[in-house]
Amino acid sequence: MAKIFSALLAGGLFGLGLALSGMVDPNKVVNFLDVTGNWDPSLMFVLGGGVITTTIAYRFIFAKKKPLFDDDFHLPSVLSIDGRLLSGAVLFGVGWGLIGYCPGPAVASIGFRPGEPLIVVISMLAGMLLYRAIARR
Amino acid sequence: MENFTPYSSLAGGILIGISASVLMLLNGRIAGISGIIAGIFNVSALSEKAWRFAFVIGLIAGASVYAYYFPIEVAVREHVSTGLLVIGGLLVGVGTAMGGGCTSGHGICGISRFSLRSITATMTFLLAGITTVYLVNYFIGA
Repeated sequence: MAKIFSALLAGGLFGLGLALSGMVDPNKVVNFLDVTGNWDPSLMFVLGGGVITTTIAYRFIFAKKKPLFDDDFHLPSVLSIDGRLLSGAVLFGVGWGLIGYCPGPAVASIGFRPGEPLIVVISMLAGMLLYRAIARR
Repeated sequence: MENFTPYSSLAGGILIGISASVLMLLNGRIAGISGIIAGIFNVSALSEKAWRFAFVIGLIAGASVYAYYFPIEVAVREHVSTGLLVIGGLLVGVGTAMGGGCTSGHGICGISRFSLRSITATMTFLLAGITTVYLVNYFIGA
């Protein structure tokens, strides 16, 4: 139960952060990626603020033997930089640039904006399941 | 440089960082949105589904509470059709599943762990996104 409440808390903070940062506006995201045109560097500050905060906190957290409500830290076991990683990142980047939504802002927007976000989230889920179905064969 | 919002964006980024730290400190988990969402459907254990589902509920609630007090105006984009949203969404879904992460998992959490894999992924999707926006603007003449 503690795990569920801490996930709810972390999710809430994440949603607040996304909304405050401006990342829930796809126009702002596209303007961030538009470096040769109407560039809006705001999202560098989102990434910067997130990375600096997390880097500092992780140093203290990983100094501990284990998290508070679990027996282990669950860190990715895959470390390879291969074609799959690069192709995936390219496909994601193309989709991100086309519509201005990455997974977090798309999901977070469902609650306060009708239309676009739900279409994106459903398509995104379909894409995830499609890849899984193909990869398993 | 119109609509440049360094302070609110930095504050939002710090909140996202606190969220990622809370999830690691308490549950030992990476705050990667694409992985958390995919896990709701891919992971079989009910306890695994439950925390992921709770995170998503929090994510939606957090943004909604903010938008309730500070309404978020999103300008309508003429060239973005439903078809384009579906294609873009599919690409984001396939791409994040294949590449094992998105802006949060690779971008925030991965870089913060100094993961070479995540740094490479982040550089790659940023470059792909920048190139895509450049080409779209070039062809629709924006």
